[in-house]
Amino acid sequence: MPFVPDSVETTIRELLVDVLGVAPATVAAMTDDTPLFGALPELDSMAVAGLLTEMEDRLEIMIDDDDIDGELFESFGSLVAFAKAKVRE
Amino acid sequence: MSPRPEFRTYNFAGHDEHVLCFGTGSSRRILIIPPLFEEMNRCRRMLVQAMRALAERGAGSVLLDLPGCNESHAALEAQSLSTWREAVVAAATQLGATHMASLRGGALIDDGAVNVPHWRLVPAKGSSLLKTMIRTRIAGDKEAGKQTSEAQLLAEAQKAPIELAGNVLGPAMVAELTNAEPSEIVQLTLRLLGQDIAGSPLWLRTEPQDDPAMSAAIAADLDQWSATCVG
Repeated sequence: MPFVPDSVETTIRELLVDVLGVAPATVAAMTDDTPLFGALPELDSMAVAGLLTEMEDRLEIMIDDDDIDGELFESFGSLVAFAKAKVRE
Repeated sequence: MSPRPEFRTYNFAGHDEHVLCFGTGSSRRILIIPPLFEEMNRCRRMLVQAMRALAERGAGSVLLDLPGCNESHAALEAQSLSTWREAVVAAATQLGATHMASLRGGALIDDGAVNVPHWRLVPAKGSSLLKTMIRTRIAGDKEAGKQTSEAQLLAEAQKAPIELAGNVLGPAMVAELTNAEPSEIVQLTLRLLGQDIAGSPLWLRTEPQDDPAMSAAIAADLDQWSATCVG
């Protein structure tokens, strides 16, 4: 079943808990402005690799790594916006 | 008293490979095929705790070391999913497995010995495992100031072994991972996280973690399944 954009945000929150092991309450409190890369110690380059693959599998999208720049993981909002754009493609 | 671990071996391709056993006196002997590559390390503690709990419930289990992994004398770069599938068959035969339980990438190599009931937890596609390793390699190269691409790495991997996220993988392994999917087998019980087993996907975590409740849930499920499902 294709993902509707509204459920993308929920999936991203689940991913942050599952892949990074961040506490569910911390993830639930995140807003668009919550900084990620540099602010979440769990989010290093190794974790990013797993996060991208799991995002592809769960959202049924393909991510071309050339699309990825430093701003993708800047904030929770930027990550959700990227995922939503991919799901619409 | 906590169940005692026993170390045994199985022979494959001229090497004695390690297995860790609990509850060897039981009539049930569940061969556990762990996740592959780094995911194996991330799950080992949780799995061994599940094996102890299984032994306390009266079911024996055997955790397999694959050729080229852990203390194995075999070279990892000489392995492929095909050799690992054969190794699983060798271990199942030599150690008298009555059941087979695989996790994640373990489900890609559990289909050689199909005369025993199979249990799978969150099977993984080979392409996903490979992609994460390639991404990790590219990220590492980038931090070292080197630009590498997926296409470039895959081209290199056709000719010679390449190092991906700490694993030296030969051309056959990379080629097989690209297309591998868990195969359909007859006596299969599929378990998903959050639906059948409560717990966290420790195989995805880069920080080693433990989940005692998940170990207990896996042990309870394997015990019930193996008691009712006889090969």
